[in-house]
Amino acid sequence: MKKIAFSFKDVSFSHSNGKEALKNINISASAGESIAIIGSSGSGKTSFLNLIATSLRLSAGSITVLNVDPWAISKGQLQHLRSQIGLVHQAAPIPPRQRVITAVLAGRLGQWPLWKSLISLIYPVDIAGPQLCLQKLDLADRLFERCDRLSGGQLQRVGVARVLYQKPHLLLADEPVSAMDPVLSDLTIQRLLEDARTRDACFVASLHAVDIALQWFPRIIGLRDGEVFFDLPASEVSEDLLKQLYAAERGDLPKQGIANLQ
Amino acid sequence: MNVAHQSRDPAAFRRFLMMCIALAVLWPMLQLAQFDVFALFEVSNLKVFTNFLIQFFPPNLQLPFLALVLKATVETLAMATAGIALAMLIAIPLGLIITYSLSISRIGPASGHRIAKLGRYLARMLMLLLRGIPEIVWALLLVRVFGLGPIAGVLAIAITYGGMLAKVYSEILETENTLPARALLMLGSGRINAFLYGLLPGASQELASYTIYRWECAVRASVVMGFVGAGGLGQLMDQSMKMLNGGEVSTILIVFLLLVLLADYISLIIRRQLA
Amino acid sequence: MNQYPAREFCLKCLITLMLIALLIVASFTYLSLNPLALFTQQAMSDVAVYTARFFPPDLSPSFLQKVWSGVLQTLAISALATLLAAITSLFLALPAAGQFGRGAKVLTRFFLNFLRSVPELVWAVLMVLAVGLGPFAGTLALTLHTTGVLGRLFGETLENHPPNATQALRLAGASNTQAFIYGAIPGIYSQLLSYSLYRWEMNIRMATILGFVGAGGLGQILYYELSLLHEQQASTVIIAMLILVIGVDMISNKLRRVQMHSLG
Repeated sequence: MKKIAFSFKDVSFSHSNGKEALKNINISASAGESIAIIGSSGSGKTSFLNLIATSLRLSAGSITVLNVDPWAISKGQLQHLRSQIGLVHQAAPIPPRQRVITAVLAGRLGQWPLWKSLISLIYPVDIAGPQLCLQKLDLADRLFERCDRLSGGQLQRVGVARVLYQKPHLLLADEPVSAMDPVLSDLTIQRLLEDARTRDACFVASLHAVDIALQWFPRIIGLRDGEVFFDLPASEVSEDLLKQLYAAERGDLPKQGIANLQ
Repeated sequence: MNVAHQSRDPAAFRRFLMMCIALAVLWPMLQLAQFDVFALFEVSNLKVFTNFLIQFFPPNLQLPFLALVLKATVETLAMATAGIALAMLIAIPLGLIITYSLSISRIGPASGHRIAKLGRYLARMLMLLLRGIPEIVWALLLVRVFGLGPIAGVLAIAITYGGMLAKVYSEILETENTLPARALLMLGSGRINAFLYGLLPGASQELASYTIYRWECAVRASVVMGFVGAGGLGQLMDQSMKMLNGGEVSTILIVFLLLVLLADYISLIIRRQLA
Repeated sequence: MNQYPAREFCLKCLITLMLIALLIVASFTYLSLNPLALFTQQAMSDVAVYTARFFPPDLSPSFLQKVWSGVLQTLAISALATLLAAITSLFLALPAAGQFGRGAKVLTRFFLNFLRSVPELVWAVLMVLAVGLGPFAGTLALTLHTTGVLGRLFGETLENHPPNATQALRLAGASNTQAFIYGAIPGIYSQLLSYSLYRWEMNIRMATILGFVGAGGLGQILYYELSLLHEQQASTVIIAMLILVIGVDMISNKLRRVQMHSLG
């Protein structure tokens, strides 16, 4: 029996201004699964990911993440739980003047005692680890550079490298390839999938480009207006279903581009 | 993708060097400042100081003493006001000398007298001297000439703040919009009139505002100067401290903090009225 | 804004000005100070005689050595005090910015305001009482006052800084301290450094006069010489003070101009 990575039961979430972002969410995933969340802008993808990441607190229902209820445990236990969840943000939350190596090393802060983090500022305690992660993303030559010298796509990859270095049991990604060209975005998604597979971690990514989702992910969840529109294996997702999902968006379905047609 | 394998942090050497330099500077600095943390915990000192601090509560609220404090507060306020008034007397001519020909030439063509340039240079030097020596040093010297009491404080403020006001006055006038003045020139008025009626009024609010702000600073400075004998709250506090009377000191401290708030409030009101 | 010369007649302004003039006259009368009395023959000659005693300044090598060590001591006091204050303020910036809740924020801000409001000289007198005469008292006094100033500035900078980086780190399991060090400090440290350097400049000025109450530096030498009526020695010290303050002013102006150029 596979371990459950997270489960949502009748979950709903409203923003502090009252706007309802999610309702009637019933989703669960087990370890080792890879899931893509798709839907038009405003459908609740980011809120959903943030609920799993414990960045937002649900308004109603019950959730468990890695077999615990994140809001029923102590602060220390929540901190420990969070160190096992990795979130790739859409806009890499990295201070511009920080060097790439420090930014990547920060992924394990949750697993390091304070003294180790302090020493690492003077001299990095691990150079080979971050280098390996960056190498996977074709960024190893920027190891000691400052982050404000990187392009948008490169910075996004540093954010991904940080999560790879963290080695979490639950990998989350909020539009992780939005600033990348087709070749790099394929590389990044592949690396994330690979990492999740080798460690039997659950991987959930919200994506804007439908073709990437269908190509790489075995399970697709479509969100529409804050509710689950469908939760199917990729092979059962039809063109018709997608059109209904994106009914709000004009014209064609959002796609990445030619590189994916092979 | 074959990339040269980097196993060492390139910034490490520089960081190490900086740390060495920092330590090399820190040690003599600690020596020079006679930084002896243990002196803080020396029993004899600690006893005296703790006794002194304990007396802070409650503050001395006996009427005769409060009357003394009130008198000293009024004296401090009077010192600051008189000092600023005299400072303006120095600053206005000094500032004008510095800025006059410059402003005139900004308004319209000037004759560029060399004497004017020299005058400006000398005025600037004088200003630097007046400002460069802290007011409390002036107070200390003036106490030796005029004796203990507020006169020394008033003059010290007049001298230093005169220099400060002159500098800022000239800066304000130099950056003021010259359009109204130039308009007057085109109407046929003389340069001096254009200055007085065109340039000055526009700048007057900023000038007044800065002067009031300096008055606030003068109130604080007057208290500080009391410690070298220039009267006011400061002298009272100095006397109480010398007698290790914690209750009196805490009263004066509270009154001082209230005075600063009061001065802040008064200055706000005046500035609003003049707007 | 007035575009043309004739200012609109402002009754409020006139009344305020008259009130101020009245208060000025009242101040002079209260102090029984007649400004004209300052310029009498006697007063002027007194001043002239006293001023004459300051020249020539004592430039003997032994005394210059003493003054030089006073300059170094003044610089040491100001530098050490600013450094200690900056480190303390870094710690206090967290509660001051509200990271530990509203109660801690109010308490910290109040405490910092108190440290700031008490003038440096008053702190110096208190510290002399606590640790005895000498530069240590001066250092402590300046540290306390500067912590009040920098603590507030650091707290405001932290508060206004976008929290994305810090929050993301906390979400990955970092403790508050780790998140602050890795997420916030890289973004704000250059601003904090600039505040600290500016404060150091002002502290040099302050450190020169704290000696008047026995807290070391050039001020202590000046006070000592004046009380012994050694005016010539005193004038050397005053000249040294002037050079120090003007020199620091010039250096910082130059550095600021260089920084501007490198940014642009």
